[in-house]
Formats: sequence, C-alpha cells, structure tokens
Amino acid sequence: MDLNYSPADNAFRADICAWLDANLPQALRTKVLDHKRLSRDDYASWHKLLGTRGWSVVAWPKEFGGPGWNATQRHIWDEECARIGAPGVLPFGVSMVAPVLMKYGSDAQKARYLPRILDGTDWWCQGYSEPGSGSDLASLRTRAERQGDHYLVNGQKTWTTLGQFADMMFCLVRTDSGAKKQEGISFLLIDMKTPGITVRPIITLDEDHEVNEVFFEDVKVPMENLVGEENRGWTYAKYLLGHERTGIARVGQSKRELVFLKRLATDQKKGGASLLKDPVFAAKIAALEIEIMALEVTVQRVVASEANGRGPGPEASMLKIKGTEVQQALTELMVEAIGPQAAAFDPEYLEGEREHSLAGDDDAAPLAAYYFNFRKTSIYGGSNEIQKNIIAQMILGL
Amino acid sequence: MDFNFTDEQQQFRDALRRYLDKEYTFDARQKIVASREGVDAKHWTAFTELGLTALPAPQARGGFDGGPVDMLVVMQELGRALVVEPYWSTAVGIEALRLVGDQYANALLERAAAGEIKLAVAFHEPHARHDLFSIATTAQIQGDQFTLNGEKSLVQHGAQADVWIVPARLNGEVALFAVARDSGNVAITEYRTIDGQRAASLKFTGTPATRLGNAQTGAATLEHIADYATFLLCAEAVGVLDALNHATVEYTKERKQFGTPIARFQALQHRMVEMLIHAEQARSITYLAAARYTSNDADERRRAISAAKARVGQAARFVGQQAVQLHGGMGVTNEVAAAHWFKRLSIIETTLGDVDHHLERFASLPGFADTNV
Repeated sequence: MDLNYSPADNAFRADICAWLDANLPQALRTKVLDHKRLSRDDYASWHKLLGTRGWSVVAWPKEFGGPGWNATQRHIWDEECARIGAPGVLPFGVSMVAPVLMKYGSDAQKARYLPRILDGTDWWCQGYSEPGSGSDLASLRTRAERQGDHYLVNGQKTWTTLGQFADMMFCLVRTDSGAKKQEGISFLLIDMKTPGITVRPIITLDEDHEVNEVFFEDVKVPMENLVGEENRGWTYAKYLLGHERTGIARVGQSKRELVFLKRLATDQKKGGASLLKDPVFAAKIAALEIEIMALEVTVQRVVASEANGRGPGPEASMLKIKGTEVQQALTELMVEAIGPQAAAFDPEYLEGEREHSLAGDDDAAPLAAYYFNFRKTSIYGGSNEIQKNIIAQMILGL
Repeated sequence: MDFNFTDEQQQFRDALRRYLDKEYTFDARQKIVASREGVDAKHWTAFTELGLTALPAPQARGGFDGGPVDMLVVMQELGRALVVEPYWSTAVGIEALRLVGDQYANALLERAAAGEIKLAVAFHEPHARHDLFSIATTAQIQGDQFTLNGEKSLVQHGAQADVWIVPARLNGEVALFAVARDSGNVAITEYRTIDGQRAASLKFTGTPATRLGNAQTGAATLEHIADYATFLLCAEAVGVLDALNHATVEYTKERKQFGTPIARFQALQHRMVEMLIHAEQARSITYLAAARYTSNDADERRRAISAAKARVGQAARFVGQQAVQLHGGMGVTNEVAAAHWFKRLSIIETTLGDVDHHLERFASLPGFADTNV
C-alpha cells in the first residue's frame, strides 16, 4: 500500500498547474471562487480554450481527440481544476451523449457531433426527465411517431439544465406504446432550433435560471438522428447512466470550499474572537474536514482500481452519495458561519452587474443562495435514495 | 498510489485467518471470556509461532520490522474474530520500547518479540478521562533506584503483562518507567471489561522501577505511543465493522417477516448501505493514518491519527447500534456475535480518546487554521 502519487504523476500535476495558472482568466477564476453566477460565455470560452488541447474531453479515447490520460491523471486534472477555481466542463455533451455515440452512434453521427462537442461548437442538453418521470425514468411519455423520413415528436421534458443555451438535445422518446415500458424507448438527437420546441424557464428556490421545461409540438426529427436501433433506447440510456466517473464525488471542489469556509469562519467573530476558534463550530468543521480526508482516500481507492482496469461500477454510487453529503454540509456550515447575514440577497451582485453587494459582506452575499441551490445535488443524477438502491442490489446483494 | 496489500501481507492475513476461523470460533472465544484466566496461553503460543509478536519489532531485535500497514492487516483479523488475548497491549508495548530505544528497552523488546514476555502500557489514571498527561503517579530516586507511587487504572491486560510501561512524574515532568510484575509492592486488581477483555488497576507503593530512556523521553514519547495504540484500535475496529456489516446483511436475508426476508424492505436496505459507507470511510481514514503514522512531522502524524479515531468512532457508534437494531430482539441478547462486536466497537470508541476528544485535538493542531492552501 502506498498513498503517495508517483514521481511521474507529480510531474504531470506540475505541468497541469502551470498551464492552468497561465491560461485560466483571472476574472473567470474570481467569479468561480466568489460563488458568482456564470454566464453562457463563461462556460463556452473556457470549454473552447480547453478544446484546443483536447482537455475538454479528458476521458475520451485518443482516436476521438482525447488526451489519452489514465484514471489517475484524470483524477489529478479534476483536482487541480477544482483547486484553482476553473469552471467545470458541462457533462451533457462531453460525458453523457458522447460515450453513447462512440459506442452506438452511426459513423456519420460520430463524424458530425464528436468534433463539435470537443471544441464546444454545440451546446448539448439532456432530455430525460419528464413531469411524471423522475427516478422512474422508463415511465416517460414523450412520443415519437414515424412519418416517412422523420419522427414527429410530441410531449414534454423537464429539469433541462441550461437548456436555454442548448443547440442540441439528446432525448429519450417512446416509439412503441404497446411494448413493456423499457422496450418501447428510442434515443434521438434533436436540434433545439427545430420549429415546435418551446423552452420555458423554471426558477429554482435560489431565484436562478438553471433548469427549464421543454415542450415539443409536432417537432420533426430526421430519421438519421436516431441513435442505434429504434426501441433500444433504454439500453443506451442505461449505458450512459453506468458511465459514471470517479469525478462525481467532486472532492477537489469540496477541499477548496473547506478552505473558503475556514477563511469565512476566521473573519467572523464570536465574543470578540474568531469563529474558527469557537470549540463548537471548530468541532463541526473538523468533523467535516475529516469526512473530506476520508472521502479523498475512498476516491483514490476507486481511481486506483479503475487504473488497474476495473470500472468504478456501483462504487460510483457511494461516491455520489458521500460527495453530495459533503458538498451540502459545506454550504450548511457557510450559512451558519455568516449568521444573520444569510438573509442578504443581491441577484445583481451575483450576476456581476454590481461590484459590491448592497446587503452585507461580499463573501457572505452569495452563500444562502448557494446553500439553497445545492439541495439539488442529492436529487439530481439519480437521487441519493436511488443510489442506495443500486448499492443495496449491486454491492450488498439484497 | 497503490491500495493493494503485498503478497506477503496477504499470506500473513490468510494464515492468521485460517487459524482464527478454526481455533478461535465465537463459541471458543466465549469460553475463554468466561474462564477464570480470561485468556488462553495456547493461543498466545500460536500467535507467537505465526510471527505476530515478532511482526512489529525491529529486525535487529529479532523482529520482522512490520510497519503500520502490516499491523493493520493483523488487527483487522483480530477484530473480526473478537480476540481477547493480550496482543494489542503487547504490540503497543513493543512500539513503546522501540521508540525508547535504549539498551534496557532493547533487551525487553527482544524478549517480547520472541513471545517470552507480555507487555502493557499504563495509559490511564483514575478520573483522567481522555487526558494522557493527567498523571499523578510520581517517581522518586534513591541512589540509582527509582520507585513509583500512585495508581493506574483500566490497564488493558494489566494482570497478564509481565512488564508494565508506566508514565510517572519525575520532578514534575513526564517520564517513562518499566516495572516488572513480580517486583513487589504492587497491588493488582484484575477484572473483566464489558467487551470481554481483561483490565487491571495497579497500585504502586514504593514500587521499584527502571527508567526508560532519558530526559528526552517524556510527554512527546508517551503521546507517540498513544498514537500507535490508537491507530491499532482503529484498524481493529475496521475489522469489526466489516464483520458486523457482513453478519447483518446475512441475518436480514435469512430472517423472514410478513412472508418475506426482511432484507427486501427498503428502509432496512438503505440503513445497511449507510452502514457500508461508514465502514468504507472508516477504512479510508485508517489507511491514511497508517501512511502518516511514520511521518517525520509529528503534527502530521497527530492530525491523521485523530482524524482516524474521530471518524472510526462515528462509524463504530452508527454501525454498532444499527446492527443491533437490524438483528431485532436477537441483537440485544448476549448469544449473538453481533452483540459482542457492538460491545467491542463501543469500548474502542471510548478508549484513548472519543470522537469529541479527537475532533478537539484535530482542531487544535497547526494545520487546522491554515487557510493558505
């Protein structure tokens, strides 16, 4: 057993750090570190820059333009991006639809879409959830009927993250309503500019516009946009859901936020002394820091087994649960740390339209919204309860 | 990064497990616990033959130079089998003597490595709670002979040990002494603890003692020894957590209510997943403690050990309590192994610092307030 990184890994890390230091725009970095809201351009410009080196698609095989990094290197990359405060690369194109296209897509689909995902030409969104189909995804009702050389799509998707910016959607639709619910589903690629598509914002409890409802009314989707075979979509969807990565725990982000939390607690005063010195609050931070230390090793254990050729499998569910619990606990303690200042809310400041918050300290202003926003993490990507079902079945054999 | 055990470690583990599975069954263990001696010399001989006493000792003293990871492998197995022999106390004593490293300590170490003597470190005094340095026992020197006066309590396997390593105040400063059990002027009160182990109170009245080390061998050495002892407890607890989780899953698959195995109930499934996650987090932080114990930076060692004990303590409480809950009525009887794993976990939790103690220690170390990362 050796918990240290190899000299080669350390050299790799040094190279990554140097590149990030030199290339991540300071303004963007500050936005991320200050918990401000990112614009479409913030994500797109960073993705484009990474794309020039193939670093927007670090998990892709070399033949499709990936850098050919191993699991440990990808883990180091995630960690360093998080540590410095780089925006995340959105998963919808890069790590959701792309692996499906690589495995099941036609040559034409691969040739058209993969390069455009790599360089950020197309912004993808996910068309999975429906108003009546959350964790029970296979109950979806959006239907597609074949009419000559195209499908006619009618129905509704929801929780479509950043769909307001999307060029393309990968979408699960029902193509056979007579079959068992998993067997009549197909996987379509839909151009978001097609007539009949309406995107409506859903404003979340932090008053942000991150998710949407998408309505389809007689939307024509060409046959060539069917991935794989008709009615086999559930297989592809499951493949996508099983394509989880160890990055799901987001330990790098949590380590960064822990340092932020400590700075915050250092500045906050209780009885004239730093809140970080308060035994009750310090014990809470200590317990959380220890949880993060343990989680980092748990992730490294999974990464190491991945590097030995074993996929993360159901262990990814454990990382998702513990990772999101830690993320949420951090935001809780941030809100506790600022006390009554949590009430302050200044959307203009969060959007970068005002330099300083109207209400209270700048570092405190985004935190309540951040806390509310992060309640999503234990719900999205397969709720933590669903993850527990997976572990119960796959690991415990229950 | 590599999280595999070496072939040697795996062979060592397999040999120990084979022995324990055959000779140290739950029923056999219960008989030992109920016996007057509370330990069984037959097993001590077997442990020595398997190399357990030599493992933590330096090669120059007839040992195998086993590091924390080797000891982790052993302690997990001992936890799994709920071993009540005086191994932990002796292994901690061996590490104490190794850290002292003078001629007298080395001579004792050789005998301990060979299995000829058993050791115990007297960490605790009455009413000291978790404070290692709350030491009222004093040492006096007359000519070149030290004598001790004072009382040590809850000394694990204190009555089984041939030599005690005793911290005492010498001119106000912490110093370490070796005391032979047969040196006279010691009152030993032995008893069984609720987890089936043995402990003793030792009352010293002008008891002859030999000083270990020199003026440099003081509070910091004692803390270092306690960190080792704490690490071994964490490793033992990881073995217990695994065994208890396994037993709980198996029990719920067999136990039927409402015409179906209770393992089918989602409320129970989710609980067992939470128990599993606790065990995995406990394992991870114990690995980290194993890696950092040998750090040259004492604060790095302290930080990792306290992190491990605090995290393992939380896992111990959750998994222990929930395992009993999921075993239902059977869980609160003294007949099932689960109850004994629970008791052992609970006592590990309160030994050498509980969760609160180690959270406080963790938060007091220099690394905690460092925000220039």
